[in-house]
Amino acid sequence: MSVGIIMLVHTSFNRAAEVARHWSNNGCPVVIHVDKNVKNQDYNDFVESLAGYDQIQFSTRKRCEWGTWSIVEATLIAAEKLLKTNPEVRHVFLASGSCLPLRPVSELRHYLAARPRVDFIESATTQDVSWTVDGLDAERFTLRFPFSWKRQRFLFDRYVRLQRKVRFKRRIPAGLVPHMGSQWWCLTRQTLTALLEDPERATYDAYFRKVWIPDESYFQTLTRLYSTNIESRSLTLSKFDFQGKPHIFYDDHLQLLRRSDCFVARKIWPRADRLYEAFLDENPNEGSRAEPNPGKINQLFSKAVERRTKGRPGLFMQSRFPNRSWENGVTSGPYTVFQGFSDLFEDFEGWLARSTGTRVHGHLFAQERVEFEGRQENYLGALSDAALLRDYNPQAFLTNLIWNSRGERQSFQFSPRDNQKIVELLARDANAQILVITGAWAVPLFYSNANFSEIRVAAARQQKLEGDFVELLRKSYSKARFRIWSMADFVQLPMEPLQGIIDDIGPRGQRRLTEAPKMVDLEGFGQFLQNLKNQGMHPHLVGDFRSDEENDASRRKQRKPYLVK
Amino acid sequence: MRIQRKRWLARAFRKRREMISVVDRSKEVKRNDILIFSTLRNELIRLPYFLKYYRDMGVDHFFFVDNDSTDGSREFLAGQPDVSLWTAEAGYKRARFGVDWLNWLQFRHAPGHWALTVDVDEFLVYPFCDTRSLHALTDWLDASSIRSFGAMLLDMYPKGSINKQPYTAGQDPFEIASWFDSGNYMISKNRLYGNLWIQGGPRARRFFPDNPERAPALNKIPLVKWDRSYAYVSSTHSILPRGLNLIYDEWGGEKASGCLMHAKFLSTFAGKASEELLRKQHYANSHEYKAYQAQLEDDPDLWCKWSEKYINWRQLEILGLMSKGNWA
Repeated sequence: MSVGIIMLVHTSFNRAAEVARHWSNNGCPVVIHVDKNVKNQDYNDFVESLAGYDQIQFSTRKRCEWGTWSIVEATLIAAEKLLKTNPEVRHVFLASGSCLPLRPVSELRHYLAARPRVDFIESATTQDVSWTVDGLDAERFTLRFPFSWKRQRFLFDRYVRLQRKVRFKRRIPAGLVPHMGSQWWCLTRQTLTALLEDPERATYDAYFRKVWIPDESYFQTLTRLYSTNIESRSLTLSKFDFQGKPHIFYDDHLQLLRRSDCFVARKIWPRADRLYEAFLDENPNEGSRAEPNPGKINQLFSKAVERRTKGRPGLFMQSRFPNRSWENGVTSGPYTVFQGFSDLFEDFEGWLARSTGTRVHGHLFAQERVEFEGRQENYLGALSDAALLRDYNPQAFLTNLIWNSRGERQSFQFSPRDNQKIVELLARDANAQILVITGAWAVPLFYSNANFSEIRVAAARQQKLEGDFVELLRKSYSKARFRIWSMADFVQLPMEPLQGIIDDIGPRGQRRLTEAPKMVDLEGFGQFLQNLKNQGMHPHLVGDFRSDEENDASRRKQRKPYLVK
Repeated sequence: MRIQRKRWLARAFRKRREMISVVDRSKEVKRNDILIFSTLRNELIRLPYFLKYYRDMGVDHFFFVDNDSTDGSREFLAGQPDVSLWTAEAGYKRARFGVDWLNWLQFRHAPGHWALTVDVDEFLVYPFCDTRSLHALTDWLDASSIRSFGAMLLDMYPKGSINKQPYTAGQDPFEIASWFDSGNYMISKNRLYGNLWIQGGPRARRFFPDNPERAPALNKIPLVKWDRSYAYVSSTHSILPRGLNLIYDEWGGEKASGCLMHAKFLSTFAGKASEELLRKQHYANSHEYKAYQAQLEDDPDLWCKWSEKYINWRQLEILGLMSKGNWA
C-alpha cells in the first residue's frame, strides 16, 4: 500500500529534483513529466541529476501551455505509466515542480491508508465557485476555445465575443455535470483506472480538448462519475490572488507553513533555501495525525487581496491614489467641524477638550496660520503650521491629519473667515460631522473696532460664504453628517444641542455636563444687527434675533435650569 | 509622447561620446542579474556602505558614471569586482543631471534585466526586505506582469544639528540620520506623464514653507524591468512610455511599493551644498541648494517633536508610506 507521485515540471529543475529525491527516498514512486518547451540540454541535465533513483521515471513529454488540454494530456500519460509500473500504488498524488511536502511522507501515507477509498479532489459545480478569471465560469464548458489566452489574447477575446453574439453553445456529453476545482488532486487507483479505461473516454477527451482550462475541470468533473467517496478539498495548499495567479511562499512563511499541518504547499519560491532545508529534512519528528488547517494562511492571503483591491480607507500615498468617489472613505476616521461655536462661546476649544477628552484644534484653515491644538508649530506626522504650505494642497493637509491621528478623534473650528477650499471635501466625506451655528460670524464683527462700512462689507462676504457652505451640505450628493442652527435659535436653548454633541463625540457613559461654556456678552448685538439692516445688509443667517430686552430676559430665565449637575 | 521618447533616446545616443569607459565588466553580467545604474561626483566616503547594502540585497552588478570626481571615487570603484565604470567630464546639467548618460548605459546593458537606478545616498526599502532578497521581489513582479516598481524618496535626518555627528566611511548612515516625517506629503497627478507628483517632508517643511511649489519632488520609479525602448524623463521621477508611471492604483486598492531612504542630510551635506552652488549644475538654477545655503548658515535642525524614528519597513508600511500590495 503506497502513494505514487506525478510531478509536472517546467522550471527550476534543481528544486524539482530535490523534491523528487525526497519522495523517492521515502518510498514513493515518482513519474515526472517535463514540458517539451524545455530545452533538451536542461532536460538531459535534469534526468542526469536523478540517475540512480529506480523509483523515479520520466513520462513522454508534451508541449504544455497554460489553460489548454495539453496539461491534462500530460497528466493522463503520467498517471497511466505510474499505475502500470507500480501495482502496489493505491493513491496517486498530483504535484508540480514547485510543490513542497510540509509533513513527513510517512504521515501522508498513514493519513491516506486510514482513508483507502477516499478521493481528495476539490470539485464544485460552476454555480458554487467564485474565483474564476475573466468571468468565464459556466461558459468554460459551453464555448470553444481554440486560441491561446496568453499568446493570442486578441483572438481569444474576439472569438468568445463572437460566440456569445451568435449564441453558440456546445453540447455537454450526456451524463457529465461540469465541476471545477484546484488542479492538484490525490485520487485512488480505483477511480483513476475507471477514468482511464472508460470506453467513453474518447468522447470525453474530445469534449474537454476545447474546454477552457480543462486542468481545473477534467478530473473534477469525471471523478464524479466513478468515485464512491469524494472529499471535495485539495491536500495541496495553494492560494490564488485576485488575478488568478498562485501566491508564493518564502522563507519567512516557515512557521506559518509548519503550523498549517497541510501535506503539500505550492508554490514555493525556488530560492527559498530555508524552506527547502527545513521541510526536506531527512529526520523529522513524526507522530502528528493532525488534520490540515490552513486557516492562518488563508487569512494572510485574503488580507493581501483585500489590501490590493480595497486598500486602507483615507490613505493617499505613492501607490494608492484613488480617483474621486473611489476612495472607499475620503478620510480614515470620523472628525467634527465646528462653525460658529468659538465665536459665540469664550474658550470653546478648552471647554470642548475638557468635556470630551478629545483633540480640539482651533481654526485649522485660518488665513494666517494653522491653529493646531495648543498652537504648536508642528503636529502629528510633522505637519507644519505654515499657511502657504497648507494652502498648497488643503485636501492633502486634512486627509493627512486624519490619517496621522487614527484612533483619536479630532475636532476643529471653521468659519467663513477661513480658507474655503476645503469645503468641497468636507461635504463629500462621510466621516465629517459638521455643526454650524449660522450667523455667528457676526459676533466678532460686532466686537471689532473696524469702521462700520468695512464691517458691512465683511458681513456681506461672510454671509455669502456661509450660505454657499450650507447649501453645499444640503446637496443630494453630500455625504457629511451635519446639523445647522441659526444663531438666534441656538442662543435660546444652547445646552440641549451641546449635550447632544458631547454625547456624540466623547467617550461612552459620559456624565451629564457639569460645566457650561461661557457665552460672550451679546448686549447690544440686536442693535448691531439692526444697524446692518439699516445699511441695506440683511444678516438673515443669524435668524430671528429678538431685540435685546426680551432676549436677555428670556435667556436669563432659560439658561439656568440646564445647568443642573 | 512617442516622439518625445525617441528624442530622449537620441539625445542619450549623442551624449554617449561624453563618457569614457574606465572599466567595463559588463560581459560578466548573467541572464537574470539585477543591475544598478548610478552617477556620482566626489562620494568616496559613501561608497563602501552603498556597495555593501546593495550587494547584500542581491544586486549583481553596478554601472557607475563618475562625473569628474577628484576624491578617489573613480579609483575606488575601478577596483571593485562587480562594477563597470565610465567617466564624464562634461556638464552634469547639460546631460540633464546624468539622465542622458544613464539612459544610454541602460539602452546598452539593461534590456531584459531589472534595473535599479539610484543615487549613492538613496537606499531602497521594499516589503519584506529584511527576509527576502531583491530577486524575490523581481521574480514576483515578473510573475505578476508588473514592469516598474515605485519607491518614494524619504528624507532622513538626524536629531540636532546636521554637523554634530560626523559620518565615517562604511557606516550605516541611518545610525545618524534615523528620523523622518511620517505624514505631511502632498500628492497631485501629472496629467502629461501620468505619474504622481509628491512633495513634502522635512525639506518642504523647513526650506520651502513660503514657496511650496518649489519643494523637491519625492516620487521615484527606480526599479524597472528594462526594455530598449524605455527612457527616463527627469531623474527617476518619470519614465516613458507612460504606462510605466502607473505604479499607483486609482480604484481604491494599493499596489506594492517601497521607499528610497535618502541619506542626504549628514555631516557631508554642508560641504556638498556649497560645492554644488559653485558648480551651478543643478536643477532650476540650483534654487534648491540656494534655499539650503540660506538655512545652513544658522545650522539647521530638521528634527521636530513629531518626527518619527526609523525602525523597519513594517513601520513604514503601517504609516502608509509604502505598501505590500498583494504580496504576502
